[in-house]
Amino acid sequence: MTRLALPDPAALALAVSARDRLALAQALNLLDDRRPAARQCAATFLDALPAEKQASGGHLIGITGPPGAGKSSLTATLIQVWRRRGLKVAILAVDPSSPISGGALLGDRLRMHASGADREVFIRSLACRGEFGGLSAEVWPMSLAMLAAFDIVLVETVGVGQKEIDVSKMTDTTCFVAQPASGDSIQFLKAGIMEIPHVIVVNKEDIGMAARKTLSELKTTLGRRTDSDGWQAPALSASAALGSGIEALADALDRHRHWLLERGQFTVRRHRCQAEWLVKHLREEFGRHGINRLGGEQVLFAELAHAPRRSPIAAYEELRARILPNP
Amino acid sequence: MTTPVKRDKPWLMRTYSGHSSAKASNELYRTNLSKGQTGLSVAFDLPTQTGYDADHPLARGEVGKVGVPIGNISDMAALFDQIPLGQMNTSMTINAPAAWLLALYVAVAERQGATPAQLQGTTQNDILKEYLSRGTYIFPPQPSVRLITDIIAYTVKHIPKWNPTNICSYHLQEAGATPTQELAYALSTAIAILDAVRDSGQIGAEGFEQVVGRISFFVNAGIRFIEETCKMRAFGEMWDQLAAQRYGAQNEEMRRFRYGVQVNSLGLTEAQPENNVQRIVLEMLGVALSKNARARALQLPAWNEALGLPRPWDQQWALRMQQVLAFETDLLEYGDIFDGSPVIAAKVKSLVDGATAEMARVQEQGGMVPAIESGYVKRQLVTSHTARMRAIERGDLKIVGLNCYRETEVSPLTGGVDSGIMKVDPRAEREQIERLNAFRAQRNTTEVKAALANLAETARSGANIMPASILCAHAGVTTGEWSQTLRDIFGEYRAPTGIDIPANDDSRSARAVAIRTQVIQTGEELGRPLRLLIGKPGLDGHSNGAEQIAVKGRDVGFEIVYEGIRLTPEQIAKAALEEGVHLIGLSVLSGSHVEMVEDVFNYLEQAGLKNLPVVIGGIIPESDAVLLKARGIAAVYTPKDIDMNGIMVDILNLIRKHHDLPPVAAI
Ligand code: B12
Ligand SMILES: Nc1nc2c(ncn2[C@@H]2O[C@H](COP(=O)(O)OP(=O)(O)OP(=O)(O)O)[C@@H](O)[C@H]2O)c(=O)[nH]1
Ligand SMILES: [Mg+2]
Repeated sequence: MTRLALPDPAALALAVSARDRLALAQALNLLDDRRPAARQCAATFLDALPAEKQASGGHLIGITGPPGAGKSSLTATLIQVWRRRGLKVAILAVDPSSPISGGALLGDRLRMHASGADREVFIRSLACRGEFGGLSAEVWPMSLAMLAAFDIVLVETVGVGQKEIDVSKMTDTTCFVAQPASGDSIQFLKAGIMEIPHVIVVNKEDIGMAARKTLSELKTTLGRRTDSDGWQAPALSASAALGSGIEALADALDRHRHWLLERGQFTVRRHRCQAEWLVKHLREEFGRHGINRLGGEQVLFAELAHAPRRSPIAAYEELRARILPNP
Repeated sequence: MTTPVKRDKPWLMRTYSGHSSAKASNELYRTNLSKGQTGLSVAFDLPTQTGYDADHPLARGEVGKVGVPIGNISDMAALFDQIPLGQMNTSMTINAPAAWLLALYVAVAERQGATPAQLQGTTQNDILKEYLSRGTYIFPPQPSVRLITDIIAYTVKHIPKWNPTNICSYHLQEAGATPTQELAYALSTAIAILDAVRDSGQIGAEGFEQVVGRISFFVNAGIRFIEETCKMRAFGEMWDQLAAQRYGAQNEEMRRFRYGVQVNSLGLTEAQPENNVQRIVLEMLGVALSKNARARALQLPAWNEALGLPRPWDQQWALRMQQVLAFETDLLEYGDIFDGSPVIAAKVKSLVDGATAEMARVQEQGGMVPAIESGYVKRQLVTSHTARMRAIERGDLKIVGLNCYRETEVSPLTGGVDSGIMKVDPRAEREQIERLNAFRAQRNTTEVKAALANLAETARSGANIMPASILCAHAGVTTGEWSQTLRDIFGEYRAPTGIDIPANDDSRSARAVAIRTQVIQTGEELGRPLRLLIGKPGLDGHSNGAEQIAVKGRDVGFEIVYEGIRLTPEQIAKAALEEGVHLIGLSVLSGSHVEMVEDVFNYLEQAGLKNLPVVIGGIIPESDAVLLKARGIAAVYTPKDIDMNGIMVDILNLIRKHHDLPPVAAI
């Protein structure tokens, strides 16, 4: 009994690329749909999206940080800046779901509300349904669909520490929002528990002293450290409340994109994002044992780096089939 | 009868009213005064309260509906036509634009020939509780506190008999607060405001006692009237201490807890509405019995509170209740009848202790403003209200006629051609817009521009906002223009919704678990978890119902998208599309449901979501419910529908039906 008539994936991909809002909404619903027939349809849909957009188009940004740091408020102000620059923006806002009921209250939208009725801004909330760290498994495929229609795709997730900052592995650029007067992020960075984000911003500079202190501590901690690609993360200060420092933040995010492009790293990184997603997803489903059946993580990443580009869902099903014992 | 007994002077008797137009409201006020009412209490319509002119798109459907529209000085003059402001005592329930409405009042009084020093009355002007309950805030907390401060500083100097701010615990109880929470949050608000006045430097240390003395309160009185009596005594004690210790007020008179009351309306029912009369009378006792903690002013809701707006006759009935208590009974002949009662003293102490502890928690978070911004206080209120709703649903909290003793004869009260409520003339909105246009056409635009430029300059510079606002009033500025000028400078705000609270015990009840199983199951059948959009279109700020439905929905396994109050129908349709929801639930209590539904449907159609199921809840008269269903609304809920689990099952089945799935068996 299928009740939801599944869309024609090719037509849907065309409509999404033509920036049809209803089509994008339907595509996101499809990517959220776990029924086998829908998964297949989703795989075809993703494959039908224009390949160059997926490999090098737009800018996929992750914004993360501790609860209440002001991620959504900063996003709201960033949206304003990007809109003024003529960029079209899509947001994926990930909220935790209730451990008891499985239900969820998706609250980030409220803070991003300033975008009002602007049709060039598209916000989809996602409940992180327990299984995927701070991230929902749908984030990567959904980001790809959004990249086909928008210039900037921003993913908001809650988190500080290793597991939750996984968003950084599935975006071009990661922005970490630090909460003034909370030493947590600094501790995590120092101890190397947290991967270095590409841009760090201390929000709420309007409160004064505490924000300045946190910023200077962060700067000290970061020192001249760079990430594995050699990028040195800037530490900025901003206030979503006052709207200060937002232009500079948008510039810093864009600088990282250029930096990747200039070094020919952009597409490599996108590729790597998908590999990260695949491996993480396999690990969730099969554990280390499953990964080992495919030769272990290193071999797998090497293989994926050279594999022909396929939609994440199709690629996943293929790997999955190799792990599962033959029928 | 020998020597006449000396009786205390009764409290001020008011009726909260206003509707359609300044002229119609003026007539109502004069009739009310002729019936023995001793003060005025102005209810403004929602566009006025949120700073929009009658022709603003957001005002559609709301003009003149729940109060009087005041768009400029000519409206204000018409409102008080033949009412000498030099002698009247006027309470204005106005908050975000309080400075503006006070400016209009002063300007009209000046035109009548009265001096500011003669004016008596109250501006509610407690914007902090707007974020928590009442919903007619405009600006972020910081500039809001500044506006409150400016009004206080100005009136203390120039309108010394004015009550510049009425710190409200009333609305907190209406949003579910317990007596302890009412005490704690109202007094924490008082601290935030008085600290701000002190820190603003507008009033020197020597004059500060005067400021403390001008602070008044607006309190609620619920059906547990003994406890409410104790709450009033607790307020008195705590305020006295606070005024003395934190603000060094020496003069006892300046530390007196002065308060007005509107009795509880949240507990007034749609079912067997005649029972509300008993409730109102008993609630009145809570704030009248104890002489030392007696209200200064009292306004009562009407028996048909949960049905819709009261008619003049309904309001007269409420006024007569007060008059019977004041003039027929012997209440005003005695001193305080509770002094010395150990039972009362113990209850007061427990309330004081509880409130003191909660106030300390608020102070630990940096005070009331940060505790509001972080969502803490709102979450506490939603938690209390959820507990109350569950208790009603379970039957532990008995409400006669609603969840027990439900059998009833047919009521003769609700028959009638008007179904027992007041219907606002549908032409009111159009006529108000015409008046506004005529007013705009005859004013001096150069003067208006100059006055607005001066207002903007004042807002930026941090100088007191009142003189510039009074100039604007005389120049012919409109409510929308005054507010927009400040919106451009201060920015706008959206308050936390407070619904992100932990699941209540009831979500583990067998019924909730059974519903959840079905919700999850249906989600699996349809491929993804079920999603609801709870939407509050228009200017309506009544959020309780939407919050309770949202929390309940989460607890039975739905994913809930809720963006708080005051969305446009266009924003709701946009969110429904982007979020891929399975159903939209609208909540409208302000009476604009017909217009709102029409607009939401139009935008949904434009978005390609014509067939998405939409339900609505709120104050919806039966005849309108029929109309809405004919337009395509799938279900209508009203206050008598207290079985929230049942509502969830309905919603689930509506989603199933939309996808051609058979309904789940009764749960
Ligand atoms: C509490 C209350 C307030 C509180 C609101 C607090 C808050 N944050 O919600 C306060 C004190 C702030 C308030 C203020 C005002 N109020 Co008032 N208020 C009420 C009152 C007493 C109860 C409403 C309530 O919260 N009930 C409890 C909740 C849980 O019930 P509910 O919303 O009805 O929801 C239930 C169902 O209707 C349904 N439901 C509701 N929504 C939804 C949505 C979905 C999706 C579903 C499935 C179901 C559903 O399910 C719920 C469970 O049973 C009513 C009268 C009454 N007794 O009903 C007046 C009432 C609604 N208020 C009224 C007015 C006029 C005002 C003001 C506009 C007055 C003024 N001029 O300033 C102000 C301004 C408010 C604003 N900004 O819009 C009028 C509206 C008149 C009309 N419709 O014609 C009423 C009817 C009183 C009256 N008779 O005059 N109010
Ligand atoms: N003072 C100040 N407060 C801010 C600022 N930005 C956000 N806030 C407040 O911080 C709180 C949290 O803001 P959000 O934007 O919801 O933070 P978030 O990181 O998205 O929160 P979660 O998604 O719940 O983890 C709100 O009360 C905001 O009003 C700022 O620049 N200054
Ligand atoms: Mg957020």
